[in-house]
Amino acid sequence: MEFLNHFGGVFEPISFLLLLGGTIGGLVLGATPGLSPTMAVALLIPFTFHLSPTQGLILLGAAYTSTVAGGAVSAILLKIPGAPANIATALDGNAMAKNGEGARALHLSFLSSGVGGVLGVLLLIFLTPVLAQWALAFGPSHLFWLAILGVTVIGSLDSKSFVKGLLSGCIGLWLSMIGYDDIQGAQRFIFTDALTGGINIIAALIGLFAIPQVLDMISKGRVDRSIETIEVPKQSFLASLKELSQNIRALSIGTIFGSIIGLIPGVGGQIAGLVAYDQAKKFSPQRDKFGSGHSEGVIAAESANNAMVGPSLVPLLTLSIPGSPTAAVLLGGLLIHGIFPGSDLFDNHPQVAWTFINSMLIGQILMVIFGIYTAAWAARLARAPMPIMAAAVLVLAVFGSYSVQQSMGDVYIMLALGISMFFLEKFGFSAAPLVLGLILGPIAEANFIQGSLIANAQDGPAIYFLTGTLNIFLIVLVIASIVYSFWSNMVHNKTQAKASEASS
Amino acid sequence: MTASRLQHAVSSTAILIIAAIVTWISFTQQPADAFLFPRLISIFFCSLAVWNFFRAISGMSKVGDGISRNTLLNLLPGLFVMLAFVYFGAKGLGFYLASTIAFLTIFTLYDPTPLSDLRGWAKRIGVTLIFMTIIYGMFALLLKVQTPRGIWF
Repeated sequence: MEFLNHFGGVFEPISFLLLLGGTIGGLVLGATPGLSPTMAVALLIPFTFHLSPTQGLILLGAAYTSTVAGGAVSAILLKIPGAPANIATALDGNAMAKNGEGARALHLSFLSSGVGGVLGVLLLIFLTPVLAQWALAFGPSHLFWLAILGVTVIGSLDSKSFVKGLLSGCIGLWLSMIGYDDIQGAQRFIFTDALTGGINIIAALIGLFAIPQVLDMISKGRVDRSIETIEVPKQSFLASLKELSQNIRALSIGTIFGSIIGLIPGVGGQIAGLVAYDQAKKFSPQRDKFGSGHSEGVIAAESANNAMVGPSLVPLLTLSIPGSPTAAVLLGGLLIHGIFPGSDLFDNHPQVAWTFINSMLIGQILMVIFGIYTAAWAARLARAPMPIMAAAVLVLAVFGSYSVQQSMGDVYIMLALGISMFFLEKFGFSAAPLVLGLILGPIAEANFIQGSLIANAQDGPAIYFLTGTLNIFLIVLVIASIVYSFWSNMVHNKTQAKASEASS
Repeated sequence: MTASRLQHAVSSTAILIIAAIVTWISFTQQPADAFLFPRLISIFFCSLAVWNFFRAISGMSKVGDGISRNTLLNLLPGLFVMLAFVYFGAKGLGFYLASTIAFLTIFTLYDPTPLSDLRGWAKRIGVTLIFMTIIYGMFALLLKVQTPRGIWF
């Protein structure tokens, strides 16, 4: 119950203001189609340099939580999911809004997000210290395999093609090696002066997540984005609360599936929302109403995608394996403050860890309050024209990456990586495994070198890295993640081939 | 060979070349100890790149739609502005001036409002100035970031 001792930190004036600002800003950014939670968190990282680690993490955590929930606003009112996690919400939410129940859908969406989110964070609170203590038993070989597992899990599960997912991870690992070698001081892969200091993680994160979205927006050309405006009549908050209490089944399904899926690295909110929606439909006696504006659909989807947020941080805070791309960006935010996840975080920086986790708990409540009252305002901002958003994100990305080290080299790298990532994405590569490779590369290498030194003094590298229960367990997980992805790719391809044969 | 297959072949060749260069550097550069980890990774990188290349040229690579001619044509003006802004304008003209020009240019290039519409111009200039004032307030006044001043600001 150590977390109870650190609630005071959340209510310190600056911390609370940041939590409030991050929540409101995140709701608005989340409601804006084209601005993903990952990009919002990446763009915020430069601002955390000027804050203490705790304050920085509070800001990032609040933005992460509320962007996922804010995405429901545009999903419900505009039928454009603000984030992939809100796809399932749009199915019934928009139909409710068209039936004149927009306010009811928004109330239920934020209330169920809040309930799911609080339970998800409670899972984070109770699971994290146990796993962090377990992680104390990890030596360099285990940490090496864990870092590799992080890359392969995201590379194989988060990508449509597992070859391209793993290749993205390899590219990230290679990028992490650019610069001077830490032990020998040797130059590695420095092709231009801008690369002398290596690739700055924050500049890379901004480039990899923000620039492809800018290019994606402008690639549609001069399009008149006329969006149907839906009027939102007033709705009693108490009536919404009563309705939520009458839909415990959908709420429980969403929360349970969201929490479990959040714990699995690489699966993400989109899957959580869709799986919960599907299960709620299967278990509902009114399953025929799903898709035509049924509140159970909104409740299940929204409770799931926010319940996923807390548990997705469990593998990140204990084992350095981010559960989602946004969690990968948060890992970058931790590392730049010199804080390493795992037992180090809870033993040496308990104030930082627990204040951050507690702020996510308080943030869920703020998100419900402000979400309900700012939804209509956020929806107006969500209709901001694409050219303005593209230009704004570009300028913010340039200023954000420059401010990290006040170096033009970082800006050049940010843009080069961003443009390359846009083209790579067009060919099926994805940014998440690349980022994981970039972030986990130095951890993998440091432990590989340290392990090799120990191995040379003992029985040799093969025995040190490939034997022992924990090593074998982690290697099996690495192989299983690859084999599973390969198998599911084959099944998917066969199903598609059969479907195309049937249609022709 | 279809356009999509050709594009996949070109992109996979580019990745293969990068993987080959990384592998070659990893195994030829000294001191060897500094390249121990790069060697390990480059073996996997190169193997996956070869696999990806053969999948692409045999038409098995279907993930990713490639880039259509229309997308490329829409993209090129904006891409040119971005490159000019970052690689030439930001340092030469000054960060804030270059950013203002880049913002206004991208907004104008992709705004569906006709260029002859005076109210459209007023909106573009107004939004640009408001946005850049916020950026100046955040980065110059609040965060005290020293940006390259260039020829003006």
